[in-house]
Amino acid sequence: MEISKRAIITVLGNDRVGIIYGISGVLAQNNVNILDISQTILQEFFTMVMVVDVSQSLAEFAQLKEQLALKGKEMGLQVNIQHEDIFRYMHRI
Amino acid sequence: MPFNISNEEILETWRMVEVEKLDIRTITMGINILDCRTDDADKTGRAIYDKICLWARDLVKVGEGIERDFGIPIINKRISVTPIAMLVDGFTKEQIIRVGQCLDQAAREVGVNFLGGFTALVHKGYTRGAWELIQAIPETLAATQHVCSSVNVGTTKAGINMDAVYDMGQIIKKTAALTADKDGLGCAKLVVFCNAVNDNPFMAGAFHGPGEPESVLNIGISGPGVVSNVVKNNPDCELGELANRIKNTAFKITRSGELVGRVASSRLGVPFGIVDLSLAPTPAVGDSVAEILEAMGLEQVGTHGTTAALALLNDAVKKGGAMASSYVGGLSGAFIPVSEDAGMIAAAEAGALTLDKLEAMTCVCSVGLDMIAVPGDTPAETLSAIIADEAAIGMINRKTTAVRIIPAPGKKVGDYVEFGGLLGRAPIMPVNPNHSTLFIKRKGRIPAPLQALNN
Repeated sequence: MEISKRAIITVLGNDRVGIIYGISGVLAQNNVNILDISQTILQEFFTMVMVVDVSQSLAEFAQLKEQLALKGKEMGLQVNIQHEDIFRYMHRI
Repeated sequence: MPFNISNEEILETWRMVEVEKLDIRTITMGINILDCRTDDADKTGRAIYDKICLWARDLVKVGEGIERDFGIPIINKRISVTPIAMLVDGFTKEQIIRVGQCLDQAAREVGVNFLGGFTALVHKGYTRGAWELIQAIPETLAATQHVCSSVNVGTTKAGINMDAVYDMGQIIKKTAALTADKDGLGCAKLVVFCNAVNDNPFMAGAFHGPGEPESVLNIGISGPGVVSNVVKNNPDCELGELANRIKNTAFKITRSGELVGRVASSRLGVPFGIVDLSLAPTPAVGDSVAEILEAMGLEQVGTHGTTAALALLNDAVKKGGAMASSYVGGLSGAFIPVSEDAGMIAAAEAGALTLDKLEAMTCVCSVGLDMIAVPGDTPAETLSAIIADEAAIGMINRKTTAVRIIPAPGKKVGDYVEFGGLLGRAPIMPVNPNHSTLFIKRKGRIPAPLQALNN
């Protein structure tokens, strides 16, 4: 079973200057292309959702996940990356 | 393909995992080991060890990879094997204990926390191998860490083997005695079944039954916290509507299990078996089935109305889950292990939840009296009688029932057993003081009920 080349990055926490800059820096370094980006205040959280293409990523998925989490920690945010299939499976028939 | 998942949906998944503790409880790899039988017990043990290590070498690694890729925790990676009783005919009890130790070494080698299949299916009677295996259970569970054992004493089609029911009372007592320094921990790894299923991914009762392929992956989902939140967020809606909302949630939970199963199966090159639709609790706060029932409006689980609430809950979980997975199987019932569910522990402590009520709950959908600690001086015949009652419920209702009971050595009502980790802690619950000895000592076989005659 082929898993999707696309992944979802979720960023949660308090809004501040430089969130997109910080996260997209990590992505650029790893040759991960941003396909879509949106941010909202949802359920009292600042929420940013990015759809990215990880097929050309220079880093393994696990390393990318680690780097993003680390960058998030620096900025006091929770940053996670997941392959999109989990969302498609859960929310679409 | 365009991306059309909304932020709300993404956040919902995030909340399920991060806040409501959604996880995949287990991916369990079933492995056929019938081909490992040789004329020598130690060679057989070695062959079993080698086969498990070969087939399951990547199980933990693949599981961890899937956790990372999809951001959903997989708590346990486990193995089930062919019932050992099927390949130890002619071996002595001591030899079978050594085979059990090989299983333990294999589990340690591949990094799984439990391995099920030290099992005998004796619902109609004993083979020599099954008899010897059952005699070997107490020492094996005392001498090993990871091995789980189960014995099937009845089915709807065969009736109940009351010889085995009698013997299992004695075996449970002996197992407790041999692990007395750990509150009778051995008994937490021993399940007595009626209508045991061949593809159960959950411990301690998992085994790779007859009719299963060479190897297979079975998935156990979880998610009491997610369902509990749905119920809490709908405090006023009528029960039909509540059932509907639980169904929707169960669908989503099960879909995550289905995805994990399919990906794991493809990465390991092993066929996907089933998703087991059971809401498995853990001792962690917020991961409790009791909490769901209480959120429905019961002051404390165990009070009047508990059985009805549980019936509604489990039926809704099954209906949602059945739509979400192509292959549903295993136990697919409610687990209410007393020591592994914070709400159940609290209710048992308060005296709101009794053995009798737990038994009633097994009539509708619970899969048995699970992780129940009783006084250490409970007679073996009383344990047998408890097993007989559960087996009768299973036999008549064409469902799986099980007993995992711990007569904790030296403990009495008011004391606690502490197992730690997933196995949790439990207050000692009182049993009925009246003896059942003469009934149990009759032994023999309870005939298959009319329900069996359906051809």
